[in-house]
Amino acid sequence: MTNRWFDDAGPVVRPYAMTRGRTRSSAKDAQLDLIALVIADSPDAAEPDDGSAAAGDLLPEEEDKLLADHSFVPEHFDILALCRRSPLSVAELAAELDLPVGVVRVLIGDLVEAGLVRVTRPVPPAELPDESILREVINGLRAL
Amino acid sequence: MGFGRSERGGRTAPAEPVTLKILVAGGFGVGKTTLVGAVSEIKPLRTEELLTEASRPVDSTRGVEAKATTTVAMDFGRITINEALVLYLFGTPGQDRFWFLWDELATGALGAVVLADTRRLENSFAAIDYFERRSIPFTVAVNCFDDAERYPAETVREALDLDGAVPVLLCDARQRESARDVLISVVEHAMRSAARAPADM
Repeated sequence: MTNRWFDDAGPVVRPYAMTRGRTRSSAKDAQLDLIALVIADSPDAAEPDDGSAAAGDLLPEEEDKLLADHSFVPEHFDILALCRRSPLSVAELAAELDLPVGVVRVLIGDLVEAGLVRVTRPVPPAELPDESILREVINGLRAL
Repeated sequence: MGFGRSERGGRTAPAEPVTLKILVAGGFGVGKTTLVGAVSEIKPLRTEELLTEASRPVDSTRGVEAKATTTVAMDFGRITINEALVLYLFGTPGQDRFWFLWDELATGALGAVVLADTRRLENSFAAIDYFERRSIPFTVAVNCFDDAERYPAETVREALDLDGAVPVLLCDARQRESARDVLISVVEHAMRSAARAPADM
C-alpha cells in the first residue's frame, strides 16, 4: 500500500497518449455506461461457420485498411478482436486490456464512428426494467 | 442514434443481451469483493478509472483538490442469467471521496447491496445515505464475520434507523447461496419499490 502512490503515478500519462490526449470521445453518446455491450459483427457472420478463420480475427484486407489509417492504435484492434468473439461490456474490455475505463471509452467511440462496432444501450437511468425481466433475474438467481 | 439493433441476413443471431447492474457498497474491508466473487461466474475483474482535472466534474472537488490525478479501482463480476440477460455486480470504491464515480455507477442500477459489519456499523452510513437520497432500492446485508458478535437483523435495522421497507439480512459473503439470497432480496425489493412509487427519482 505504501508504494502504491508512486507506482500509480507511472502510467497516468501514457494511456491517454493512446487516445491522442482525448479524454472524451467525439462520438455522440460518448458517455458509455460500464455495462453497455460493445458488439462487433463478424465480417463473415452471414456465412455458416466452417472454421476457416478463427472467430475474432481481422481479415487481412481489413487490417491493412485500419493500419493505413494512422489514427488507429493496436488497442483498437484488440477491442475489435475481443468483441468479435462475443459482445463484451465496457467494463470487461477495460479489465481485459488493463486500461482505464476513460481510455477505453474513447477508443470504443472511435470504433463506433468508424462503423466497426456498435454499442447497446442499457436500461435508461431512472427506469427499472420490466417486471418480467426482474422476475427472470430472480428465477435465474434462484437457479444458481 | 445508431445504436439500434441490426439484423444480419437470415441468420438467427441471438438478440442483444440486456445488461443490468447491482452495486455492492459498504466500508473498506467489509467483504464487497468477496461477495461479488462468491456469485460471479468469472473471477472478479478489476477496472480502473483515472480521475484527472479534465475528467472531473466541477461539483465534485471535495477531497481531491491536492491531487491532479488519482486512480480508483472497481471490482466487478458477472452472472449470465440466460443468453438474453446478463447481470453485472460492481463493488463500489471504498473511499467516500469518490462520490462522483458512484453517480456514474449508480446510474441505471437495478439496486444495491450495502454490506455492513456490526463491529463497524458506522462505515455503512455513507452508502445507506447515498442510496436513500437517490431512491435506489437497497438491501442491508450484515456480513457475519466469524469473530464478530451476532445481532438480530431487527437490532441492526434499529441501529441504522432504516425504513421499514428496507430488507435487512444476515449473510456470509463467502457463501454462494448466502450471497445469492442477498441479491434476490435486492431484486425483489426493487420490484416492490417500483410498484409503490412509479418512476420519480
